[in-house]
Amino acid sequence: MVHTVVDRGTVGEASVFRDTYLKAYRGMVLARVLDDKLASLYRGGKIHGGVFLGRGQEALSVAVGLSLRKGDIFAPLIRDAAGRLAFGETVLDAVRTYMGSPLGPMRARDGNVHRGRPREGLFPMVSHLGAMISVVNGALLAHRFKGKAGTVGATCLGDGGTSTGAFHEALNQAAVERLPLILVIANNEYAYSTPTTSQFACENLVDRAIGYGVKGHSLEGNDLDACLKTLHTAVEQARSGQGPQLVVAKLLRLCGHGEHDDSNYVDPRFRTAPHGRDCLKVAEEHLLQQKWAEAKALETWRNEAIQKVEEAVAIVQREPTPDPYKENWCALSAKHLSEGYDEP
Amino acid sequence: MSITYLEAIREAQAKALADDPRVYIYGQDVGAFGGAFKATKNLAKEFPGRVLDAPISEDAMVGSAIGAAIEGMRPIIEMQFADFSTIGFNQIVNQAASLFWRTNVTCPITIRLPGGGTSGGGPFHSQSLEAIYAHFPGLIVMTPATVEDAYSMLLEAVAIDDPVIFFEHKYLYYHLKAEKLPTEAMPTGKARIARAGRDMTIVAYSAMVHEALAVAEELATEGTEVEVVDLRSVKPLDTDTIMASVARTGRLLCVGESWPWGGVTAEVVARVSTEGFDLLDAPPQRLNAKDTPVPYHPNLWAAHRPTARSIAAAARNLLRL
Repeated sequence: MVHTVVDRGTVGEASVFRDTYLKAYRGMVLARVLDDKLASLYRGGKIHGGVFLGRGQEALSVAVGLSLRKGDIFAPLIRDAAGRLAFGETVLDAVRTYMGSPLGPMRARDGNVHRGRPREGLFPMVSHLGAMISVVNGALLAHRFKGKAGTVGATCLGDGGTSTGAFHEALNQAAVERLPLILVIANNEYAYSTPTTSQFACENLVDRAIGYGVKGHSLEGNDLDACLKTLHTAVEQARSGQGPQLVVAKLLRLCGHGEHDDSNYVDPRFRTAPHGRDCLKVAEEHLLQQKWAEAKALETWRNEAIQKVEEAVAIVQREPTPDPYKENWCALSAKHLSEGYDEP
Repeated sequence: MSITYLEAIREAQAKALADDPRVYIYGQDVGAFGGAFKATKNLAKEFPGRVLDAPISEDAMVGSAIGAAIEGMRPIIEMQFADFSTIGFNQIVNQAASLFWRTNVTCPITIRLPGGGTSGGGPFHSQSLEAIYAHFPGLIVMTPATVEDAYSMLLEAVAIDDPVIFFEHKYLYYHLKAEKLPTEAMPTGKARIARAGRDMTIVAYSAMVHEALAVAEELATEGTEVEVVDLRSVKPLDTDTIMASVARTGRLLCVGESWPWGGVTAEVVARVSTEGFDLLDAPPQRLNAKDTPVPYHPNLWAAHRPTARSIAAAARNLLRL
């Protein structure tokens, strides 16, 4: 098992790292602004179904998205707006899916966080936790069959998802096949309302890595610096043939499970604990302290993010709603084998 | 020279592997060992690197097939027994079955389910699970009853861009033989008139087709001509062929090896009753296994599922109605 040691690097690397950090920070801001807007639309009754935010998990999520490149696979979970945007998802795709636009990637057939573009490597999650891990494994197997070298696949999960059989089967499968999988666990203290004490009994989830025969990394999930470096290391190790990487980040979910949840069950002591600090604030302080950016620049970036999100919402609000009479109501691509399907 | 139902399945997989580099096989013991039933015998040797042993992880087996299919492969998953597919149920019905509808990206996977009862199999090695898979939109469920169909429908399953549940009957593996492999085939979605008759229709699929044919033979000696319809696939269900047969005979008995609550026989009876009520001269009947787990002992097992004897009794009863 490897516990990644943060390497402060040399001067040249520091400059590259600063650029990455700034890019990551701006991605976090965009995700936070997008999430805040979605929450506001939800409260205004403009969104059908639930809204699930990534507040407090942006640093970890953005680091996953940024550590991947074109040709890689990413299967995000519900708190990964930042990672999705960093991987290349557009704000418009997110807003269209949340607002049920037929022009979105899910065409109003599925909503909120259940979105993706499989052909572009962004796999759309199903609600069943742990189920996406083996799907990413399969994509990586396909790359191996096709001789497509150097790609990796990353997927995210919470502490609750680690209790599923799917998690166990898939992590073991990845280990047996020695696949370049990066499995990122956000240990955010609660699975909906269930505390980790009812979820697992091991001291730290990363201890499981050795049992599966994979590499483990643990980190403070609200420290962008640590997130970027650890994910970079984990992805590079997977890419260079060192097999699956289990990354476990300790942090606190700074919102309810969904916007319907006031999360009154959260132990108030967590909110004042180090891991309860808002990752966006931590990153901001770091930026200012390092003099990598000035307060005015931060404000400009935030305003740019707001404008981008507002523009997307304005576009989607003008789009048509789905028409049940234009829906083909056919679940098969082989239309001739679909029962009750009348060729239009 | 003759070929069994099991050998036909092996030959179809060999042809699929030979014809299409995107095809691979993944399942427990399918590699060097050749599978629990030897349905993949020598394939790992003939196609190195393309017949992979899986850990005992049905969920991950199916999940990985979905991911591989998204990336352009055409996996064949062997469940060691149909019964164990329930561990992979979530991936099959929620992920594979919904992928195309949700994303417009196809999911061409074939999941082979060796199912149905054999003597001594017991509750967890005998199940017929076609109905629960047919219940979910987005899946095709094949139930071949002949050596020819086992071969040609498996090849078609691999070629279809949607997830296919290929329910192969273990009892037919060694019992059923044909002279040679077919060179042409009926398309999936079309039922077959396995035997023509004018007095009553028995609709069956998989191993029950052969029980029904035995009954038709027996009743012929009594002057009753039974028409046997082999559904071939339960989803899609060829309602047209069933209805046309009932229009000729006026009497319907539907036989399935699975449990009585809901399922294929209930679906057939419901369709004929609602869409072809005026074609019926007597109330439509159905015969299934008893509503208990599948028993272990041969005496109990033989009484649990429909057999030629119980089907013949039901058929004679129907003629009196």
